[in-house]
Amino acid sequence: MRTNRVIAATALVAALGLTATACGGGSSDDSSGKSGGSDKGVTLTYWASNQGTSLDNDKQVLTPELQKFQQQTGIKVKLEVVGWADLLNRILAATTSGDGPDVLNIGNTWSASLQATGALLPFDSTNFTAIGGQDRFAKSAIEAAGAAGKDPAAVPLYSMAYGLYYNKQMFAAAGLQPPKTWAELDTDAKKLTKGNVHGIAVEGSNGSENIHHAFVLAKQRGSDWFDSSGKPTFTTDANVAAVKQYVDFIADGEAAKGDAEYDQNQTITDFATGKAAMMMWQSAATSIKSHGMSPDQYGVVPVPTATEGATGDAGITSMVAGINMAVFKSTKHQSAALKFVKFMTSTPEQKILNKAYGSIPPVTEAQSDPAFQTADLKTLSSVLANSASPLPQVPNESQFETTVGTAIKDLFADAASGKSVTTDSVKAALQKAQSQMPAS
Amino acid sequence: MTATAPPRNAPEAGPDSGKSAGRGRLRPRIPARLRQGGLPYLLLLPAVLLELLIHIVPMVFGILISFKSLTLFYIRNWSTAPWSGFDNYKIAVKIHQPIGQALLHSFWVTLEFTVLSVGLSWLIGTAAAILMQESFRGRAVMRAIFLIPYALPVYATVITWTFMFQQNTGLVNHVLHDQLHLTSDKSFWLIGSNSFWALVIVSVWKSWPFAFLALMAGLQNIPRELYEAAAMDGAGVWQQIRKITMPSLRPVNQVLVLVLFLWTFNDFNTPFVLFGPSAPHQADLISIHIYQSSFITWNFGEGSAMSVLLLLFLLLVTAVYLLITSRKRGDADA
Repeated sequence: MRTNRVIAATALVAALGLTATACGGGSSDDSSGKSGGSDKGVTLTYWASNQGTSLDNDKQVLTPELQKFQQQTGIKVKLEVVGWADLLNRILAATTSGDGPDVLNIGNTWSASLQATGALLPFDSTNFTAIGGQDRFAKSAIEAAGAAGKDPAAVPLYSMAYGLYYNKQMFAAAGLQPPKTWAELDTDAKKLTKGNVHGIAVEGSNGSENIHHAFVLAKQRGSDWFDSSGKPTFTTDANVAAVKQYVDFIADGEAAKGDAEYDQNQTITDFATGKAAMMMWQSAATSIKSHGMSPDQYGVVPVPTATEGATGDAGITSMVAGINMAVFKSTKHQSAALKFVKFMTSTPEQKILNKAYGSIPPVTEAQSDPAFQTADLKTLSSVLANSASPLPQVPNESQFETTVGTAIKDLFADAASGKSVTTDSVKAALQKAQSQMPAS
Repeated sequence: MTATAPPRNAPEAGPDSGKSAGRGRLRPRIPARLRQGGLPYLLLLPAVLLELLIHIVPMVFGILISFKSLTLFYIRNWSTAPWSGFDNYKIAVKIHQPIGQALLHSFWVTLEFTVLSVGLSWLIGTAAAILMQESFRGRAVMRAIFLIPYALPVYATVITWTFMFQQNTGLVNHVLHDQLHLTSDKSFWLIGSNSFWALVIVSVWKSWPFAFLALMAGLQNIPRELYEAAAMDGAGVWQQIRKITMPSLRPVNQVLVLVLFLWTFNDFNTPFVLFGPSAPHQADLISIHIYQSSFITWNFGEGSAMSVLLLLFLLLVTAVYLLITSRKRGDADA
């Protein structure tokens, strides 16, 4: 009797435990039926990423455009705006089950990873022709849409670039000009740090932000995070130095210690409310405004380089940030989906949408619109065109974000709690991150 | 059975006519063997099917996946993922290799966290239940207040804790540093070594009301006469608790501690809401660790293998625990 009870309870635990283990499985049916003829009356499902100030804001921006598309083509688009916290998991689940949206937005850094799953429709020359041709898009944006040498897995929709945002009034009061080199930035940041106001703010617990900066700082030293065969090279001296330079913002007191736990865009709040004089951010105009800082109160310049006017890799000041639009390979409405992509990347729509989101149109023809000629967007456009480089387009990119992003977060935690961050400790952290990368 | 059946006039044909006199009308449709022993199984069938669908099939899939090299290259059609034998397990248990080392670290952190959390939850729950046993004005209100943490949605409460633990603007530092001047500097709670304690605090806050509830129910069943008799014999409060309350609560405690242990060991929500998908090294609980190993790095085979290992461990703990506790109880009963 007693043994029976033990067995029964044990079996129950087994059942409860393993149910959590099994992730949804099942093979996708591969019927990528290309519907010929008219697409009228077709309903597409579209997962949009969160680009506006809220999910509702996105719906308000997109709904009139989708109605316009329906009027033009008779194709209805069912919109769902998916928050960033859920988007990748939703895409993974859709990939696994084969039951997903027809069209979706992806962060452009995921392009190569999602491309490797084979879930996205490759944009070969036929598909590009269907949406108006590849040469309509900025070259750097296309480079951030899939692994080199393969047909892109998506097309660029919104582009963004990092710039150095600075508080004009604080700089004027201290008699400073916006910095062009890291040495100048360090000096300025120390001068501007007084009491509760700090020279610069960083988003220390946000893995993706950490990666973006580590990538640029390493690139300026001529170093990459993966070799040409896709193997991680996290521990090169240049990568170690890049990470240390970034973490030293807190270690040297140029950024507040509290920044080490920021992961909810508190950096923007601190900048807009005058608690920090500078920040390195991508296309922040809309968010800064929503915190009550007007566009004339701040300026945007390219992120500094080691020496003034550096060119080539040493002159890289930003990753190619942005959102791509992809078609799910298992869609039953491929031609309608491509029509929708064509509509969203058409010059008039590019102007409307990028204006609403404060981003830069990756469609070069749309960039000439006066709305994108404001001082800050002109700076960011020029960064995107001249000094931006795409993050490594390798299948293991997401693991890179996780392992190195977390390593930098932990280093920031050390710096904030007064532990010294040395070249050795950074190297050890990156070594650990690299050893957790898959062997492929 | 047959004694109460109404007498039938016409004798039925068939080998078992005497036995099934009362169910004669069903005979033409249901074969004899099924009629004899099949009906109970037939009635069980829906439950068995649902059990298969809800528990067994996903479990089997989970175990199957752990033997596959299911990475991002195969998730679209995971039946094509190559079999990898015990490779995923080997990676997970090689404690001198980075992945195995990290898993082992995470295991010890989780064990330490679970023992502390369950111990404290049980202690606070027991103390509160005993104190609430005497009737006094406002007892009902106090009981209701004590149960609030258990009734609130986990996400809402943990996110509130996250705000309170923030270094710059959090309530915890405001009280400890700004008002009581207990710390020389504002401490970090969500990153670094304090994150472990933040996790324990939130977990205890969240689970002790359950211990309280279960023990309160257990206490209701102890006859008052026992205490009265003990008091007559000169037993003090501590002696009463030790000699009457605790032994009487043994069956409740047996289940309570086991359930709390399993829940806490497996807890995903608390660390995930508190720290996000990448927990600090010092508070790297195993559930988050497995999540990172599968969902964030898209290596579902390895994640599944780790889950199966976790399951085996919990099974072992459960079996050993039940054997020990029921033997003890058997001794006590004898």
